[in-house]
Amino acid sequence: MADDNKKQKPLATGDRTIPPAGAKMIAIYIMGREYMVPETLTIMKAIEYAGYQYVRGCGCRGGICGACGTFYRFTGDYKLRSGLACQTVAEPGMIIMQLPFFPANRPDYKLENMQGTPHEELRKLYPEVFKCVGCGTCSRTCPMDIDVMDYIALMKRGDLKGAAIKSFDCVMCGLCASRCPAQISQFTAAMFVRRVYGKHILPKAEHLKKRVEEIKSGKYEKLLKELEGMKQEDVKKLYVEREREPDLAEPGKWMPKDTSKL
Amino acid sequence: MSGYTPELKELIKKVEATRPARVEKARRGEHFPALTMDERKKWLDNYHPDFKEEGRRAVAVGPNIGTIMPEEVAFALESTSRLDTKKINLSKADYETDLLVIGAGGAGTAAALAAADKGLKVIISNKLRHGDSNTVMAEGGIQAADQESDSPYYHYLDVIGGGHFSNRPELVAAMANDAPLIIHWLEDLGMMFDKHADGRMVVRHGGGTSRKRMHSAGDMTGAEIMRVLRDEAKNRAESIKVLEFSPAVELLLDEKGAACGAVLYNLETKEYYIVRSKAVVIATGGFGRLHIQGFPTTNHYGATADGIVIAYRAGAALEDIESTQYHPTGAIYPEQNVGLLITEKVRGLGAQLLNIDGEQFCFPLEPRDVESACIIRECTDISKGVITPTGRFGVWLDSPMIDLLHGEGTIKKELPAKYIQFKRYHIDISKEPMLLYPTLHYQNGGIKIDANGRSAIDGLYAAGEVTGGVHGRNRLMGNSLLDILVFGRRAGLNAAEAAKTKSNTGKLSLAHVDKFSAELKKAGVKNPSVGPILLPDYAPEHVKTRQWG
Repeated sequence: MADDNKKQKPLATGDRTIPPAGAKMIAIYIMGREYMVPETLTIMKAIEYAGYQYVRGCGCRGGICGACGTFYRFTGDYKLRSGLACQTVAEPGMIIMQLPFFPANRPDYKLENMQGTPHEELRKLYPEVFKCVGCGTCSRTCPMDIDVMDYIALMKRGDLKGAAIKSFDCVMCGLCASRCPAQISQFTAAMFVRRVYGKHILPKAEHLKKRVEEIKSGKYEKLLKELEGMKQEDVKKLYVEREREPDLAEPGKWMPKDTSKL
Repeated sequence: MSGYTPELKELIKKVEATRPARVEKARRGEHFPALTMDERKKWLDNYHPDFKEEGRRAVAVGPNIGTIMPEEVAFALESTSRLDTKKINLSKADYETDLLVIGAGGAGTAAALAAADKGLKVIISNKLRHGDSNTVMAEGGIQAADQESDSPYYHYLDVIGGGHFSNRPELVAAMANDAPLIIHWLEDLGMMFDKHADGRMVVRHGGGTSRKRMHSAGDMTGAEIMRVLRDEAKNRAESIKVLEFSPAVELLLDEKGAACGAVLYNLETKEYYIVRSKAVVIATGGFGRLHIQGFPTTNHYGATADGIVIAYRAGAALEDIESTQYHPTGAIYPEQNVGLLITEKVRGLGAQLLNIDGEQFCFPLEPRDVESACIIRECTDISKGVITPTGRFGVWLDSPMIDLLHGEGTIKKELPAKYIQFKRYHIDISKEPMLLYPTLHYQNGGIKIDANGRSAIDGLYAAGEVTGGVHGRNRLMGNSLLDILVFGRRAGLNAAEAAKTKSNTGKLSLAHVDKFSAELKKAGVKNPSVGPILLPDYAPEHVKTRQWG
């Protein structure tokens, strides 16, 4: 057994791929040039397997940062496809081009002192949003499957809440903007709308405001100082004895037996 | 090409063969016995990477000389500068500013915004794009005691208890105290928190919390925080200048040994730039991409320990750097999901861990570190791991048990994101098990700071995962997003105060780099590598052997 175990090494370490003997190799075309890579890899790992070291076009490697937006076609197929390189499996005949950056229109603004209504402000900052031709290419392009055209339509109508919620999963890769015939930077407009919604439309948390005032008045400083200075055994005792809020307690309703430390 | 390979499908039959009996037992409430306290210690000592002697050694130089730590970290700390200090001209700075922030994830951006609020000019040096960081990958949430039934007092107890009382009390107190201020700040910046209709924050429990205080923005809390902070920094372009793809490769000290800037390296043009500043904040994140002991990681591409390397070289002491958090269940198959975190909830719902024969080998809800040790033991000494087509090994997590125990559709309802992430690659986790292995998740230790983010070096501040002491040897969920913002802002504000009363005229020096090189030589460190490494290298052997030039 132990010897077998030794034979199994070296195993793949970190993110470097070591394909086993006999792994099926496929041809992919990185910016048009052919490379043979083992099947089942993501586009990102296939590109690294080919020998590239990323500087641009690679970030979280987990599908959330938007660094690795990628366009590709299959040889013999007219259809232009898109995806995130870290989330899309490389397939035979893929012709790949990453788009690590795309220039976007992003006017500065002051969230605090907006002059008009949010909708007016949007019109002033992003007049091009209102020139959307409704072709739907953005929605077909989005690697997060967001219906981009739909949230642009909501923006035009003044439904900023709808647009904020619809665009929430955006990773800001910019692929939508790169394909827009109306030259809209959808993802930066959506960022503006989400912040306006979060700041001016979503109701504020009153309990939070109250707690902030308490903290600023120094209410908890003494309690925390006491804890800081306590012997470890005493802190342990407090830790073990602390009451746990029931999982199903109603929001804001449950109170502990001992309220002296609130 | 999609789903499991025929070989793996064959192995799944063994899991399916033992499943009916295991489900029956689980229904009767019978579980695989948990380890005794003695066994736990033995398992940890022998198999947990933090406790194993193999792969760890004492660092040979610097402020923490003699501290036992992972080899990869010791190796990084013993690296030598990429600069030829004799060639570099320090007489003229390419950029002059009040505050230099190194690293622009959540902590760095928070520091920059805080300093800009105080009227300072800030330069942010960033290795990749603004916001490329572990911040964006934090899904679960951010803790803060802002409910009526809660207070910073209880938050403090939860944090320090979770850290096995190894945390530094002043840091825990600072974090618990500031938490509601941070949530309020984010709300004011227009972050889309999950809220009830009346504006009350939606809060949940997390592992080790006594009160529900986990705030969220969908399942992408960190990404939402990062894009809001980055957007705000862009609005302040008159005071915050961002230099992307230009990581810091050395700190600059003045004749009194105070930090007064850094040397940046443009990854694209290969130029070096001299930045002179009145104070410096380091917020470069963790070391996941050093792949401690070969582990895959949940970390982003740039997590290569740059900050601790350059700060250590300049004389900053580190705290708890030997402590690493491994999450027991990271996906190892399919390849595109490697490192993907599989939440504890899957095991909480009844899924069991199984070896290649479809047999249980541990209680599925041991503490994180113990569970990791059990899996490593099964795959190494016991040799009952499953090998994947890309040469990784791991164990099964029998997720189909969940629907059998709780009814059809439970997985889709309770674990929608995980269901989709596997379904995308034609694996239905409600029908087929997952393959897992522990994954490198978080750098518990780092640069030693006080509650104001100050390091041992005058003028040098640090915040976030690059620091140590806040979480001790174990961090609870929801406190890393909080940590980066609390100490990011504290570091930014305190650096701003210090910078206001300081002139920008000290003589720039890299003497500490020469001194460190001499120490390396004296300590007998042979062929030190060049550090910080800046980018991981994933080129395969067959390519490397042909890079003859």
